[in-house]
Amino acid sequence: MIGFDWLMLAEVSFAGLGSGGLYALAGLAFVLIYKATRVVNLAIGEMLMMGAYFFFAATSSMGWPIWIGIIAAVIGSGILGAVIERLLIRPMLGEAPISVFMITVGLSSILVGTVELIWGADQLRLPDFMPSDTVLIGEAMVSPKIFYGFLAAVALIACVLLVFRFWRGGVALRATASDQAAAYSMGIDVPRVFSLTWVVAAMVAAIGGIIVGSISSLSPTMGVFGLSVLVVVIVGGLDSVPGALVGGLLVGLVESWTGTYFGGEFKLLATFSLLVLILMVRPYGLFGTHEIERL
Amino acid sequence: MILEINNIEVIYNKAVQVLRGLSLSVPKGQIVALLGSNGAGKTTTLKAVSNLLALEDGEMTRGSVAFAGRDTGDMRPHQLVRAGLFHVMEGRHVFEDLTVEENLTAATYALTGRRAASADFDLVYEYFPRLHERRRGLAGYLSGGEQQMLAIGRALIAQPVLMLLDEPSLGLSPILVENIFGIIARINAEQGVSMLLVEQNASVALAVAHTGYIMETGKVVIDGPAEKLAADPDVREFYLGMGGGEIRSFRDIKHYKRRKRWLS
Repeated sequence: MIGFDWLMLAEVSFAGLGSGGLYALAGLAFVLIYKATRVVNLAIGEMLMMGAYFFFAATSSMGWPIWIGIIAAVIGSGILGAVIERLLIRPMLGEAPISVFMITVGLSSILVGTVELIWGADQLRLPDFMPSDTVLIGEAMVSPKIFYGFLAAVALIACVLLVFRFWRGGVALRATASDQAAAYSMGIDVPRVFSLTWVVAAMVAAIGGIIVGSISSLSPTMGVFGLSVLVVVIVGGLDSVPGALVGGLLVGLVESWTGTYFGGEFKLLATFSLLVLILMVRPYGLFGTHEIERL
Repeated sequence: MILEINNIEVIYNKAVQVLRGLSLSVPKGQIVALLGSNGAGKTTTLKAVSNLLALEDGEMTRGSVAFAGRDTGDMRPHQLVRAGLFHVMEGRHVFEDLTVEENLTAATYALTGRRAASADFDLVYEYFPRLHERRRGLAGYLSGGEQQMLAIGRALIAQPVLMLLDEPSLGLSPILVENIFGIIARINAEQGVSMLLVEQNASVALAVAHTGYIMETGKVVIDGPAEKLAADPDVREFYLGMGGGEIRSFRDIKHYKRRKRWLS
C-alpha cells in the first residue's frame, strides 16, 4: 500500500459518517414507529421530504426567519404525522401487516403528488443557514454542511434517547412497544401512545429532511433517501434503536467509500450487498429482536 | 357489590363460544375465587371484565358487567384501570426490557385523573423487599416468583378498588405460592382491595377466599362460601384431588367426570 492516500480515506470516511448520521436520524424515526406500532413505514423518506418542503414554504415563500422556519416545519410535520396516524393507520389496527404496509406505499405516492402539485417537480434550494467555513479535523477537510448536519443529527438523536429514558411518556412508549395488552392494563392509553409516536417520528424526520435538503437540494425525488433508510433499519434490526444508529453510520461509510473508490453508480450495489450479507449472517439484523433469556 | 357479572356470553373470532351465560358477583372487600379446569373460560371471564377481549378478537355478545354500579360496556381498558379496576394478567406480562422501577412507573398511568393520588413505591417495596433490591435491574432477568411480585406490585401502585388476579401461582414453587398468597391475603386485609382470583390451585385459592365459584365449559356450576366449597365432597374429589379415601382407577374417575357433566 505504498502511496495510498490516507488523508483522502479519512476525508471520505468523515463525509460518510456525516451522511450516516442523517441515515441514523431517519432510521430512528422509522424504528420509533415500528417499535411502538409494528407498522413498516415505507413513507419515511417522503415524511422527511415534507419536513423540508414545510421549511422551504416557511422561509422562502413566507419569508420567516430560519429558526422560526425550522420550528414551523417541525410543528407542521408533527400535525401531518398525527393526521396520517388518525386517518390512515388507526382504522387499519388489527388488519394484516401487509395491508398497513401497502397503505404506507400509497401514502408515499400521495405525498410526492401533493408536493408536485404545490411546489412543482423542479429542484429548489433551501436557504443557507449553516456556517460555511471549511471544518478541519486533524488535517482532513470536511464539508461544513455535512459536519454541522452530523452534529445536529447526533444532538437530536441524543435528545430523543434521553427523553425516552427519563420522561414518563418514554416509559409508556417502551411499555407499549414491549406488551400492548399489559400496557393497557397499566392504564396507559395505547391509541394515544400510537398517535404520539407518529407525531414524534414525523418531527424527527422533518429535522432530518431540513438537513438533507440543505446539504443537497430539494426535490420531490428526495424520498429516494428513504430507500437507503430502509437498508439502514433492516441492517440494524427493525426494532432496535442502537441498530438504527450503527446501521446508519455503517451504510453512510460504505456508500461514501464505494462512491469515491469505485464510482457513484456502485453505491446502491454496495449498500444492498451489505444488506444481503448481513441478512445471511443475522436474519434479524445486527441488533434486532434480542429476546431476553431469563437466568 | 363492587363487581357484578350478569349472564355474559363471549365469542372468539365470531365462531368459538367460550362463555355461555356466566354470572357472578364480588362483594366489596372480599376475595372471590373462580376455579375450574383448563379451558373452562376463567381467563376469558377476567378479560371480559377488563375489556381486553377485543385485543384477541373476542366479543361479549350478551349480558352485562357492572363495576361499582356502572356498566363497563362502553369503557375502554385504560379508563377502567383508571377507575380502579386492575387486571393482573396470566403469565405476569412484565415489561421485560424495562427496569423494575420503570415497570412500576408505567403503572402510575393508572392514577391519571384521580385526585389526591400519588404513587407509593415504598408500599410496594414494603410488601416485596426483594423488588427493592433489584429495582435497577431489567424485569426480564427476574425469576418467575419475582416477576409475579412485580406484577402484583404494579397493581398496588395503581391503588385499585378491585384486583383481577389471573393464576398468580402459575409456574411457581410451592413455597413461593404460599408466600404470594400470604401477601394477597394481606393486601386484601390491609388495603381493603376486593379481589377476583382465578386459580388452578384450588386448595390454596379456597384458603384465602371468602367466596368461591366453580365453572365448567363457560358457566358456573357450583358456588358458595369458601369453607363450604372446600368441604363439599364433589369439590374435594374433582378439584382438591382428595377422593373418598379409597384409591380409584383412572377409568372410574373418567366415568365420574362424564356423569358430573350430565348432572350440571
